Amino acid sequence: MSGSLTSVAYIGATILFILSLGGLSNPETSRRGNLYGMIGMAIAVIATILGPRVGAGGIAWIAGSLAVGGAIGIYLARTVQMTQMPELVAFMHSLVGLVAVVVGYASYIDPTAAAGMSPAEENIHHVEVYLGVLIGAVTLSGSVIAFGKLSGRIGGKPLLLPARHWLNLTLLLVVILMGYLFLAAPTIDGGMMPLAVMTALALLFGVHMVMAIGGADMPVVVSMLNSYSGWAAAATGFMLSNDLLIVTGALVGSSGAILSYIMCRAMNRNFFSVIAGGFGGGDAAPKKPGDASQPAGEVVAVSAQETAELMKEAASIVIVPGYGMAVAQAQHTVYEITKYLREKGKTVRFAIHPVAGRMPGHMNVLLAEAKVPYDIVLEMDEINADFPETALTMVIGANDIVNPSAQDDPSSPIAGMPVLEVWKSGTTIVMKRSMASGYAGVDNPLFYKENNRMLFGDAKKMLDEVLVALKA
Amino acid sequence: MPQLIGIPTEIFAGEKRVATVPDAVGKLIKLGFAVAVQSGAGNAASISDDAYRAAGATIVADAPALWSGADIIFKVRAPTLDEVQLLREGGTLVSFIWPAQNPELLQALAARKATVLAMDSVPRISRAQKCDALSSMANIGGYRAVIEAAHEFGRFFTGQITAAGKVPPAKVFVIGAGVAGLAAIGAASGLGAIVRANDTRAEVADQIRSLGGEFVPVDYVEEGSGGGGYAKVMSEGFQKAQRETFAKQAREVDIIITTALIPGRPAPKLITAEMVQSMKPGSVIVDMAAEQGGNCELTEPGKVVVRHGVIIIGYSDLPSRLPTQSSTLYATNLFRLSEELCKAKDGQFNVNMDDEVIRGTTVVREGTITWPPPTPKLSAAPAGAAAKAAVVAPAPAKKGHGHGGGGEPMSAGATTLLFGAAAVLFAAVGLYAPAAFLGHFTVFVLACFVGYMVVWNVTPSLHTPLMSVTNAISSIIIIGALVQIAPPAVAALGATRPDVVIRWLAVVGIALTAVNMFGGFAVTRRMLSMFRK
Repeated sequence: MSGSLTSVAYIGATILFILSLGGLSNPETSRRGNLYGMIGMAIAVIATILGPRVGAGGIAWIAGSLAVGGAIGIYLARTVQMTQMPELVAFMHSLVGLVAVVVGYASYIDPTAAAGMSPAEENIHHVEVYLGVLIGAVTLSGSVIAFGKLSGRIGGKPLLLPARHWLNLTLLLVVILMGYLFLAAPTIDGGMMPLAVMTALALLFGVHMVMAIGGADMPVVVSMLNSYSGWAAAATGFMLSNDLLIVTGALVGSSGAILSYIMCRAMNRNFFSVIAGGFGGGDAAPKKPGDASQPAGEVVAVSAQETAELMKEAASIVIVPGYGMAVAQAQHTVYEITKYLREKGKTVRFAIHPVAGRMPGHMNVLLAEAKVPYDIVLEMDEINADFPETALTMVIGANDIVNPSAQDDPSSPIAGMPVLEVWKSGTTIVMKRSMASGYAGVDNPLFYKENNRMLFGDAKKMLDEVLVALKA
Repeated sequence: MPQLIGIPTEIFAGEKRVATVPDAVGKLIKLGFAVAVQSGAGNAASISDDAYRAAGATIVADAPALWSGADIIFKVRAPTLDEVQLLREGGTLVSFIWPAQNPELLQALAARKATVLAMDSVPRISRAQKCDALSSMANIGGYRAVIEAAHEFGRFFTGQITAAGKVPPAKVFVIGAGVAGLAAIGAASGLGAIVRANDTRAEVADQIRSLGGEFVPVDYVEEGSGGGGYAKVMSEGFQKAQRETFAKQAREVDIIITTALIPGRPAPKLITAEMVQSMKPGSVIVDMAAEQGGNCELTEPGKVVVRHGVIIIGYSDLPSRLPTQSSTLYATNLFRLSEELCKAKDGQFNVNMDDEVIRGTTVVREGTITWPPPTPKLSAAPAGAAAKAAVVAPAPAKKGHGHGGGGEPMSAGATTLLFGAAAVLFAAVGLYAPAAFLGHFTVFVLACFVGYMVVWNVTPSLHTPLMSVTNAISSIIIIGALVQIAPPAVAALGATRPDVVIRWLAVVGIALTAVNMFGGFAVTRRMLSMFRK
């Protein structure tokens, strides 16, 4: 296959990738979109293998490693629980980061990569290598930590080192210094040292950055790492002068960046304050109990039996799932209840807050897994106006995303965050394990409202009881 | 020393309500108050003295003892001038007052150095909804209006096909879709009637539909929202079109329920004698505005009359005809107001005139008439007012910001800054970068924009598949490893290339990306196949 033919194949692959992302605008077309992605990837890989830059001696190696990696990948994809999707995605990001590092190193020590370049071009090539490895290493270690946090291997609490901003700044300065040494190094061996130091620092930086971010900010982190993995691919593309890599990397990078932006806006937080770590940029003074803004009223607890009674009486029901539903793996029971209520002629819908769960779209995937039809799963903007006409709203393991003080209390740490206005519905039932406050550490006046009832306990267990009571 | 709340028996003829119920007594005692109830006060609402006693209230034998002993009096109906004389000097009274209609009563209360909170003057803002007795009474009135109509009406409400023949459903027309009107719509459609309704405020159409009614518009464009969730007086042209609409409905329907009120004015005359004449014999009109003069020309307040074969119900005590229910809701309204007045839960009323709700409700303060209150700063916006006026109101339709739109436009300053920075960056690239790099740079920038455009169109419910598919696509980085594994140019350069190291690095790279590539696409496929209608 000639070089031109490979280039044309790359253009085809690029178009297919764009179509693939475009297909996700709608669940109907999304399956075809995924197929486009696969075809595009196959074309790209085959065109590269048959192209002029891969010698015949490499085919066996390629086939072998593809087979091993592919088998592992498919095994993971088949066996992963839908509740573990955030972990899987974080894990995969770390792979992209690792590969970017590996390719960067290989490219640096490969004399053919820079063969025939002018000194200026070689300098640029080295900058690209350096950047590729830097972004790759941050993505790698950041994703590994994110994976650890999401899978519960590392605690969700933000780790806030003293003077952490200065620490980050120092790291950055050292990385720039190392970059200078790297470019100035006359030989490859001489450049290896600064490159290795920078890699270590970048790994440290990734760890530090994600450690400082708390559990509920994870949607931002996961989408940010998604974005980084794209930029890492784009940097690799520059390094190898490969337009397909650049385009694809840019697509993925901007996709992740937009997702991060959407998540930040959904929490009314500034991207930098999330990344800087800790809640509220470090000034999260805990609220004193007995504060003037302590919500007034009583918390009324109900039993599963009473919950079922309320459901039987309500004509229209909205269910608001949160991370608690994912933790308790309650989505299947939720669907059973939904199915039962719908058979009884009630309107049942789901309201999804953009940051519910631990990654963008987390709740949608869980509900889809439980076979909830997607046309009754609505996003915040679509359903907020309907709450006043809703007889009963069930909040399952969510807290901050239904906190009225985001709207009522300008001094609240979550003031201005868009929330689901569940308190406007006739009755609300909040399922929680305890009265503990949510991630933001803010008391939720919703719990004290007159039309609110609390159903305490594990979401799965309580919903099972509700289902039994409903069918009784 | 906790203040004592006294609950006298209502003396207005036919009034069956009572200002508190045992449930609320318990809650008031929790707030720190003591409660005394006049013997027999709850009889008409089926609440015995013993029930009050069990809730912790003391029972006082007669009215003078109760009035003189209590620091605070809770009442339903506005007190008579005789009752005012019973009120302790400097005491507090919470009741319906209607200060606009009863100036002498206000003077008499002021003369007693009383503090008076009028339940009819609770500001109609969302925070005060829990105290809003007008709404809770109107809700009951609307329901009862339908029951009264059904009682007088000679047929079923619901349509039936029986062995003895077919029964058509009754047609009900409700004028005015405030709280009472909406309650009537809900009750009538619950009984199976075909319900139509009209209101000058166009925004209530959805609320009418949500309760099973059909909105009958007047064919004339004019918006009728006044302040505080009420309607306003309409223009002459509108009124003419409105009369034509009503005349047409009068010929078709069996039951008309009118609830049209404009604050501080006599009720508008909407149903003329001719319209009544045009109705089928045996039809029923319930005029809920009877006390303010009636919406129907032939209404006689407080009575049921038959005119031209049409039964016209002019009861002005509809809530009182459901005494247990209305007492319960009214007692809750009073309790909620007490909570506002007694934030410290120490059993003492604190009439804080800085509080918007309390300021609005208080009509006499320690002998000084404070009515009317200054206009509230935050007059409920049209949609907010609708939410107030109705049991079921849609919130203002929020503009779907963002998803699919590209977010809010940036401020001019930020835009300038961004463009400036981009210009500097591009200039630097243009000055120093070699031509080969520029080609790639062009592709990169354009691809960022394509990605930006495409991704904004992704529906939020597919954000997780988006992440996994972009993740799979980013395994395109495999190309980087592929071209390193065995480049044909090796031979030309000889042994300076550390082949083995690079090959192993590349093999590791390929295997890792393969995990990502196959795993990413497969899991996306698995997820997407789960999304179904």
